Amino acid sequence: MRTLMKTTWVELKLFAREPLTVLFTFAIPFVVLFVLGGVFGNRPADPHVYRGFGILNYYVPAYIALVVAAIGLIALPVHLAAYRERGVLRRFRASTIPVWSVLGGQVAATFLIGVLASLILVVLALAVYHTRSPQSLVGVLAAFFLGAIMFATLGLFLGLALPTARAAQGAGVLLWFVMMQISGPGAPPEVLPTALLRVADATPLKHLVVLMQDPWFGLGWNGPEMLIVLGFFVVAALLTIVFARRS
Amino acid sequence: MGTVIEVQRLHKEYGSLVAVDDVSFQVMAGEIFGLLGPNGAGKTTTVECLQGLRHADGGQMRVLGLDPWKERSSLRRRIGSQLQESALPDRLKVWEALDLFATTSLSRSAREQLLEQWGLADKRNTSFSSLSGGQRQRLFVALALVNQPEVVFLDEVTTGLDPAARRTTWDLIEQIRERGTTVVLVSHFMDEVERLCQRVAVVNHGRIVALDTPARLVEQRAQQRRVLFHWEGEPLSWLESLPHVRAVQQQGNQVEVQGDGAVFQHVAAALLQRGIEPDDLRVERPTLEEVFLQMVGKSDEE
Ligand SMILES: Nc1ncnc2c1ncn2[C@@H]1O[C@H](COP(=O)(O)OP(=O)(O)OP(=O)(O)O)[C@@H](O)[C@H]1O
Ligand SMILES: [Mg+2]
Repeated sequence: MRTLMKTTWVELKLFAREPLTVLFTFAIPFVVLFVLGGVFGNRPADPHVYRGFGILNYYVPAYIALVVAAIGLIALPVHLAAYRERGVLRRFRASTIPVWSVLGGQVAATFLIGVLASLILVVLALAVYHTRSPQSLVGVLAAFFLGAIMFATLGLFLGLALPTARAAQGAGVLLWFVMMQISGPGAPPEVLPTALLRVADATPLKHLVVLMQDPWFGLGWNGPEMLIVLGFFVVAALLTIVFARRS
Repeated sequence: MGTVIEVQRLHKEYGSLVAVDDVSFQVMAGEIFGLLGPNGAGKTTTVECLQGLRHADGGQMRVLGLDPWKERSSLRRRIGSQLQESALPDRLKVWEALDLFATTSLSRSAREQLLEQWGLADKRNTSFSSLSGGQRQRLFVALALVNQPEVVFLDEVTTGLDPAARRTTWDLIEQIRERGTTVVLVSHFMDEVERLCQRVAVVNHGRIVALDTPARLVEQRAQQRRVLFHWEGEPLSWLESLPHVRAVQQQGNQVEVQGDGAVFQHVAAALLQRGIEPDDLRVERPTLEEVFLQMVGKSDEE
């Protein structure tokens, strides 16, 4: 436990020392939010689009999911693949620090950074655009927790499976970008062709977006979506274990 | 003084390549044990198996009484490792690395002492990526020692160090030993091995071709002598019939007589008798380096 806290703290410090990653993590969702807010304002709800909740209301929980996905799919795998590529993981392996603490520290750091980025996003959205605040805070927090851990685990798997940091970057950005477009945080699901919606169903982000939005808008806890997100987590965790043993 | 490391018929293959081919040796408590050998000999593979970083394909190993693979997490707490190739996160600072690798909280004075010892005191706030190659190397040794291990493995620890840092490192390695820590030292450098090691195993193509004290390794071959001089004239093949002479080689006006023991005295006397008085007559004994090259060369021919 002490080791896990140490590795988490070190990972947080290392993250803070990467100006570009910090900028990317904290700034992009905002920029998009402000552009949207500038263009549309928080228009009154149109029942045919944005699940009937109004554009900015719709996007706030979706962007939280998007931030979590960015850290899990891009920042974490690139970082971990670089560790492997450069022999950092070997160095840790040969020390008293168990590899699980190193990986655990990365997950924990990812989670905490996700919390911070989401808080900033929510506070700004509430303050500037008076978006709807979460109807069920417990539900939103639970969805966030599940989603962040799921994406961080997925990130571990990518970081262990991809051969180089460069490959991890390529794969991560591609996955993230595609998901951003079709899984909810981009075009509203109502305007997407059915074929793309089917593809979106296969992405974890789509299910996390709904899992976040439902309690946020007072639709209650979405059990089926929770099971799907948990399913992604279990698969990612199993793959992580397999690859961690192998590397 | 008991046995700290016991290796019997250690075997390791990478695909079809046999990297370590049934190697056996023991390391005694408190000694500096050397593994010497050319590139690709299997030294790193051997010590990585001993540290539980690689799974051996065959053979028995005990390090501090533990099975290095099955009990690697217990072993980890009792050994220190400096790997031939590794790195730390670019932006990790020197003092943070020491803190991270210390199993128990490192007191400020203990940390400062390590930094001081390894010449890193003024680099404590420098990030890993800004350290020079030699400074990184020294940081890795400091990290290997931070938990007061019973055995340390040093794999090419002085590679990339300047001559002064090399000497300092040698002194520090001797200090490690004086504190009672056993050291396994992988090296390419004869002077290093000669200076530091109580015993050394010469490894080539995954096998141990010799294992002894550095002095005895030289001595065994030091019976061999080469007598050299210049001579322009008739062939001197008759020298071969002298006692202690093994072979005579003449290339141009350069003569080399190979033999052992008192070969020089016999050759000199015989030459004098025939009125041959070369003014550059001299005898050479092999150095550890030549002994090494000879051993390594010999097993190459097999
Ligand atoms: N991970 C690996 N996969 C495949 N082959 C390997 C691997 N590691 C080492 N080898 C091969 O095994 C042999 C022994 O390598 P090893 O690193 O043990 O040599 P070494 O004695 O430490 O050499 P050097 O002095 O160059 O460090 C070499 O032929 C090397 O190419
Ligand atoms: Mg080596």
